[in-house]
Amino acid sequence: MMTTYLEFIQQNEERDGVRFSWNLWPSSRLEATRMVVPLACLLTPLKERLDLPPVQYEPVFCSRPTCKAALNPLCQVDYQAKLWACNFCFQRNQFPPAYAGISEVNQPAELMPQFSTIEYVVQRGPQAPLIFLYVVDTCLEEDDLQALKESLQMSLSLLPPEALVGLITFGRMVQVHELSCEGISKSYVFRGTKDLTAKQIQDMLGLSKPAMPMQQARPAQPQAHPFVSSSFLQPVHKIDMTLTDLLGELQRDPWPVTQGKRPLRSTGVALSIAVGLLEGTFPNTGARIMLFTGGPPTQGPGMVVGDELKVPIRSWHDIEKDNARFMKKATKHYETLAHRTASNGHCIDIYACALDQTGLLEMKCCTNLTGGHMVMGDSFNTSLFKQTFQRIFSKDFNGDFRMAFGATLEVKTSRELKVAGAIGPCVSLNVKGPCVSENELGVGGTSQWKICSLDPTSTLGIYFEVINQHNAPIPQGSRGAIQFVTQYQHSSTQKRIRVTTIARNWADVQSQLQLIEAAFDQEAAAVLMARLGVFRAESEEGPDVLRWLDRQLIRLCQKFGQYTKEDPTSFRLSDAFSLYPQFMFHLRRSPFLQVFNNSPDESSYYRHHFARQDLTQSLIMIQPILYSYSFHGPPEPVLLDSSSILADRILLMDTFFQIVIYLGETISQWQKAGYQNMPQYENFKHLLQAPLDDAQEILQARFPMPRYVHTEHGGSQARFLLSKVNPSQTHNNLYAWGQETGAPILTDDVSLQVFMDHLKKLAVSSAS
Amino acid sequence: MNVNQSAPPVPPFGQPQPVYPGYHQSSYGGQPGPAAPPTSYGTYNGPGPGYQQTPPLGMSRAPPSTGAPPTSTAQAPCGQAAYGQLGQGDIQNGPSSSTVPTQRLPGSQPFGSPLAPAVSQPAALQHYGPPPTSAQVTAQLAGMQISGAMAPAPPSAGLGYGPPTLLASASGSFSNSGPYGSYPQGQAPPVSQAQGHPGVQPPQRSAPPLASNFTSPTSGGPRMPSMTGSLPPGQGFGAPPMSQPNHVSSPPQALPPGTQMTGPQGPPPPMHSLQQPGYQLQQNGSFGPGRGPQPNYGTPYSGAPTFGSQPGPPQPLPPKRLDPDAIPSPQLNELPPQQKTRHRIDPDAIPSPIQVIEDDRNNRGSEPFVTGVRGQVPPLVTTNFLVKDQGNASPRYIRCTSYNIPCTSDMAKQAQVPLAAVIKPLAKLPPEEASPYVVDHGESGPLRCNRCKAYMCPFMQFIEGGRRFQCCFCSCVNDVPPQYFQHLDHTGRRVDAYDRPELSLGSYEFLATVDYCKNNKFPSPPAFIFMIDVSYNAIRTGLVRLLCEELKSLLDYLPREGGAEESAIHVGFVTYNKVLHFYNVKSSLAQPQMMVVSDVADMFVPLLDGFLVNVNESRAVITSLLDQIPEIFADTRETETVFAPVIQAGMEALKAAECAGKLFLFHTSLPIAEAPGKLKNRDDRKLINTDKEKTLFQPQTGVYQTLAKECVAQGCCVDLFLFPNQYVDVATLSVVPQLTGGSVYKYACFQVENDQERFLSDLRRDVQKIVGFDAVMRVRTSTGIRAVDFFGAFYMSNTTDVELAGLDANKTVTVEFKHDDRLNEESGALLQCALLYTSCAGQRRLRIHNLALNCCTQLADLYRNCETDTLINYMAKFAYRGVLNSPVKTVRDTLITQCAQILACYRKNCASPSSAGQLILPECMKLLPVYLNCVLKSDVLQPGAEVTTDDRAYVRQLVTSMDVAETNVFFYPRLLPLTKSPIESTTEPPAVRASEERLSNGDIYLLENGLNLFLWVGASVQQGVVQSLFNVPSFSQITTGLSVLPILDNPLSKKVRGLIDSLRAQRARYMKLTVVKQEDKLEMLFKNFLVEDKSLSGGESYVDFLCHMHKEIRQLLS
Repeated sequence: MMTTYLEFIQQNEERDGVRFSWNLWPSSRLEATRMVVPLACLLTPLKERLDLPPVQYEPVFCSRPTCKAALNPLCQVDYQAKLWACNFCFQRNQFPPAYAGISEVNQPAELMPQFSTIEYVVQRGPQAPLIFLYVVDTCLEEDDLQALKESLQMSLSLLPPEALVGLITFGRMVQVHELSCEGISKSYVFRGTKDLTAKQIQDMLGLSKPAMPMQQARPAQPQAHPFVSSSFLQPVHKIDMTLTDLLGELQRDPWPVTQGKRPLRSTGVALSIAVGLLEGTFPNTGARIMLFTGGPPTQGPGMVVGDELKVPIRSWHDIEKDNARFMKKATKHYETLAHRTASNGHCIDIYACALDQTGLLEMKCCTNLTGGHMVMGDSFNTSLFKQTFQRIFSKDFNGDFRMAFGATLEVKTSRELKVAGAIGPCVSLNVKGPCVSENELGVGGTSQWKICSLDPTSTLGIYFEVINQHNAPIPQGSRGAIQFVTQYQHSSTQKRIRVTTIARNWADVQSQLQLIEAAFDQEAAAVLMARLGVFRAESEEGPDVLRWLDRQLIRLCQKFGQYTKEDPTSFRLSDAFSLYPQFMFHLRRSPFLQVFNNSPDESSYYRHHFARQDLTQSLIMIQPILYSYSFHGPPEPVLLDSSSILADRILLMDTFFQIVIYLGETISQWQKAGYQNMPQYENFKHLLQAPLDDAQEILQARFPMPRYVHTEHGGSQARFLLSKVNPSQTHNNLYAWGQETGAPILTDDVSLQVFMDHLKKLAVSSAS
Repeated sequence: MNVNQSAPPVPPFGQPQPVYPGYHQSSYGGQPGPAAPPTSYGTYNGPGPGYQQTPPLGMSRAPPSTGAPPTSTAQAPCGQAAYGQLGQGDIQNGPSSSTVPTQRLPGSQPFGSPLAPAVSQPAALQHYGPPPTSAQVTAQLAGMQISGAMAPAPPSAGLGYGPPTLLASASGSFSNSGPYGSYPQGQAPPVSQAQGHPGVQPPQRSAPPLASNFTSPTSGGPRMPSMTGSLPPGQGFGAPPMSQPNHVSSPPQALPPGTQMTGPQGPPPPMHSLQQPGYQLQQNGSFGPGRGPQPNYGTPYSGAPTFGSQPGPPQPLPPKRLDPDAIPSPQLNELPPQQKTRHRIDPDAIPSPIQVIEDDRNNRGSEPFVTGVRGQVPPLVTTNFLVKDQGNASPRYIRCTSYNIPCTSDMAKQAQVPLAAVIKPLAKLPPEEASPYVVDHGESGPLRCNRCKAYMCPFMQFIEGGRRFQCCFCSCVNDVPPQYFQHLDHTGRRVDAYDRPELSLGSYEFLATVDYCKNNKFPSPPAFIFMIDVSYNAIRTGLVRLLCEELKSLLDYLPREGGAEESAIHVGFVTYNKVLHFYNVKSSLAQPQMMVVSDVADMFVPLLDGFLVNVNESRAVITSLLDQIPEIFADTRETETVFAPVIQAGMEALKAAECAGKLFLFHTSLPIAEAPGKLKNRDDRKLINTDKEKTLFQPQTGVYQTLAKECVAQGCCVDLFLFPNQYVDVATLSVVPQLTGGSVYKYACFQVENDQERFLSDLRRDVQKIVGFDAVMRVRTSTGIRAVDFFGAFYMSNTTDVELAGLDANKTVTVEFKHDDRLNEESGALLQCALLYTSCAGQRRLRIHNLALNCCTQLADLYRNCETDTLINYMAKFAYRGVLNSPVKTVRDTLITQCAQILACYRKNCASPSSAGQLILPECMKLLPVYLNCVLKSDVLQPGAEVTTDDRAYVRQLVTSMDVAETNVFFYPRLLPLTKSPIESTTEPPAVRASEERLSNGDIYLLENGLNLFLWVGASVQQGVVQSLFNVPSFSQITTGLSVLPILDNPLSKKVRGLIDSLRAQRARYMKLTVVKQEDKLEMLFKNFLVEDKSLSGGESYVDFLCHMHKEIRQLLS
């Protein structure tokens, strides 16, 4: 059974990009709420499917206006009558004329069971170009600016030649560069302190006449882009030389910065103008606004900190003390922008490279709501940034960019279910419908969300509510169904629709609890619960969120654990739940919920990524992976525990954000003694090399590039490792001293053992 | 005499008094005395310094006075010069003053010696004469007939004038102000008096005047001849009579005329019996000339029908009526039809500006004007003269309405003569005169009075052996800082007085210390920003291309200081239509960068580095930019423009660069684009002559004042070049240039072909001219008077500091003074104008001008030391400002009333009793009516139908910062006949009066007023002339409206073109030439400038106005 389920889950994930917390669904509302972990799934709408070539026609939709579900393998088809019944609303629909030849043996792909996920290419409508609008901070150190300029110049060669590109630079002022002029470079300049309406911006840029390329499409020449009247956005192939020169001549912001001051940086206005520019020229066209900034906004709307260096940028402490003067206003500014951007189908990326904070806390909504990337680094002159940036333009096996734009995700449910909300890089489209739940989890109240930018790994958590009443039992063996319809603009500029239809059996909790338990996907559940927790953490006090998580965990243990009341030692969890408490333990310690030792920017950054990665990556974030390398055998995963830190091991830890290679004390001494250079110790050299190679592999694949830390016993950077491992040995349990097992961690944090002990105690207690 | 002359130069500073003694003797003993003076010189060493100055002065002015003394010592007071003149005049009138002659002779001698005027004594004398004579001009408007008769004498005309004035002076003598007065009394003191002791003498004069006057004339007489040469005609002037009338005795003689004046009484004229009944008016110098004309003028005018015909009758017709009604018309019949005007007044009999100018030139043009003596009236602005700074500022820097100020405010109120100084702090000096020395007092900065903050100047009195000095303005006693200490010589002067400009000169500069700088930081070199309208209109007319092309070379000629190799000035460029385009022309760029700022509502400067650059360093980029600007906008369709944001941008740019500077705006249209300072077309001719007319002169919105204020604070001066096709609201657009010390140039309907030369010439001059930036001017005065009102292009944030964002050599500030206490006759009244500014090279300096004036307790002294040109300058500015707040009619009435009051006060208090029917004018002010009439009928105060609202606003604004010379020619244009004088003569031909009657249809004339230049071609000009000037065979083939004369290789063509060039060179702005043919459409335009005639817009003719004025005066007197 277990095997079956693991396979089933994996299969489903590979085919549909979906993982449910429960793979057998409790059939009544009441029971469902008692299951503690909600019925929910992680959906990766554009999961790469090597085996799924898109079909070159459009889906057939149910004719009921409130349903509009797509024809799918679960539908009942009357081949004689050329009718099909919608499995969501039971409406009977005529096939369109093109389906005249349909029969049992001549089925369209969407009716075949293996096409529970299918992608259609929409041929209608004009093709809009991809648009990349660089918004570049010029208040950088010379080195940084130079590196950034080179990266940007390099990126021109990576862009699709037909893509439109634009450049906005900012410092004390904001400059929108015109790219179509020769002999003189021309730019429009805006004051960095003044918020302008979209209308004003468009007037000032001379865009008042709607420049809608969409309406001038020339289907006859699909290759040629429609005429674009805006001189600010030009096809890369036309102006790459101009732009390269322009970038080359880009100077640091010339306005003097006196000692003790921060440079005046008008990020808020720059973004506002970028948004306004695209809004006026290419609404509802796939576009990326790529913001490169080297510091916090210090003036104008959206300023995060004043220009006095003696006043530091807000910390969590300030925020808790309500001492962050600019935070609320700035956040509001960026939220407004983010919503405008999202409603235009554009996205904002933020590449923030600075040693101090840059205001990601305030600006996070720009990326979070639009599906843009958020990258945080120390400097643009680091491989971390350079490679991350390069990776944005990576291509898939088809040679297409791994990016899609302007997606709309629609969720349809069968009658026993309603959709309660979604958590991920999306905004609500506020589409009410019969399948929208009144209870909200995450972004709710709608059955459609906009995801302005997504890539093959973008993953949303979608939460459902079982609404079937307890007294209206569902017939045995019947299945509930959910359909995800994702319409988007492919990087090839095609419009595409991906439809995923899944179904699960209903189960009666009373009689089939065992089965339901077995169908529990604890990994998905952990991530889904974590997303809920993180989502709450954005608006609630940290301790409250932790308490809520604890309570949920305890309730789950009470519900599914086997124990004798008041006897903690009797407590047992089945295999399907066994890892779950550990995930929660590490989640509690994670930077997603703990702000201690993190700046608000870092927290925002971590949360940003947590809310969009797929299950595997999310799990790594929750509970980092630790590999151990030694002469004792092949590399092996070891417990994320201080006991794993041994003198004769090399450890490789992947926290998603960091890759840490840690040399144990002995290894470190050997290395310092240079044994690896002696021919007779070549095996030591290999041992040293092995984790490096593995790390390289991870580095190559991951976006964003993790911070790469190479350290050893006693090294200052060893803190990255020490802060993550379960502190099973600390200065508080000295008995561990002297034993050969691992390194003590100087912390007051509870260890997993203590945590589990408490959990058991509470689970079995009748008091709670 | 020679000695004297030579002497003067030596001791520049001399304190007048000590020296005098010598003079006195000379003068007194005088009369014989000429010899004496020399001795006195010898004495120099002792008294030293004083001498020299005095002598010179004496020479010029004193002499006249001395001249007077001879006759009746005490009485002589009147300007000696006057006497001299009178003398001449008298001769004619002579009969009356038969006695005089004898005396005169002696008198004359004395003069001669003292004056000495070595060289052309006569000339010198005359010069003075006139001024002093200024005393009174009794204008008896009576018949011109006489003059007519005289006419024959034409040639002498010129001379003739001179004399008349002299006569006038005679009359003036009564009042002879202190300076001259001294002479009269002159017993001994004359000299000293001349220098300023007047005080004492005045009283005496009053009594003696009569006698003296007469006498003087006589004395003058003798000389006259020499001057005039054949002048016997001069006698004709009847001047003598005049003088008499004024004073007392005269009435009898001249009176007849007087009676005539009254018009009604006209009949009485017979009395005169004298030849000149009509002229009697002239008694005061001015008329004299008028009469003189008979002889002198006659000729020139003779051409005019009027005169010619009437010559005979006039005499009999003595009656001259000012009163229209009263006009007896015996003469009428005789008068030619043209003159039928109700009052038949001989235009030649009324004071002639041409004559006055000519006389002053002749009398005072040859001697340098030495400024050592307090209260000297300088030569007229129309006279070419050199100035020697010996302790007072040159008249090129400061001119006053009066050089003798009433001691009390009561007196001042009574006289109604405005006390004003027209100050041109950075005036350009001719190459012969040294520009002010720069004094560097090191870190301590200039030495100032602790209390009133006046700067060290020659009038400061060192006491206690030099350890302290007493402030000449507020009398505060200050310690002399040790490093400045110097011993005093036995006269109480510092030993180093001559080594220090601030102790010996009227004008000098101090290097300012950091305390005088904004933010306590030495200023950066200033910057020029060129801001070019690139809207459709500007592109279409070719303006932008022309301008860009010109700038490429013009940038090499930015003002430089001293011998600097390259200008320190940085330049920047902006173009604009509805939005602004800034350009980054940093030298390191491969190509210029354009930065567009569309946020006109909230203007700012988009770049710092690379906007203001050194021309040489960035030449390549700038050239590339200037090449590209016309291309970039070649296809523009944008017709809307903004204006305020442009200025704002320039100002912000300077602020960002932390420097002062100047914006050159080239603008074409009414700024109607949505932006601050947006204007609407509000031109409405219907408002003219209503109470709302003033709104046409007021700015539409307050935005520009606010903006100007910010500009001033930043030291941002704005020069505006307008190229309107239609109404652009100059009244509003010029607010900022006006308040920032900038200039406005207007080229209506600009076309490259026609206007290129004018525009480029103005532009070149404007760009190259030396400018002081971020200036503050403060005028300090002796306790007793106070500067209360200021006119000009500047801004004031308080009541004392004139703030000028920019100040060039042409900009003038007129300052009015009022009493707040009594002045002291002995110490006189001192003015110190201190100008703190940043030079073109970015050096912070203080320019100081000092001027000492006399004070008087007798009104006559005031009237004798006035300068009408300056008065007109003040009155025009006063009126032109008045139209902003009052209906134009009120303003005009105010002017007339004030003028009448001034003249009435004179008549009442200074002139000898005479018939009310006689118009008596002070010699110094005899041109006041004609000039004032010109002001009254100027476009601003009485617009013609073709004058646009913009034109009026433009002119109004121009006049505001004009200096005396400019207002003089602007209101009374120069009319030069071209073919009368010998072709080989290189000097400017003598001007004729601006009246159609003076035009001969066989001649060609040039007319200029500083802004316009017309070439009027008479219908019957010889074909040869036409051919050699226009290269066409006949009059009819001359293109009307031509603006360029063909370049032909013949003497006439060369001469005329040369003359045009030289006229243009004299004026601050390029005057566009318009060729006007007699009887052509364009002639109407031309006729507007014939200001002595009745104007189409209803302006009175000179004669009419004089009658009008007389009537007003009589009303006041009755």
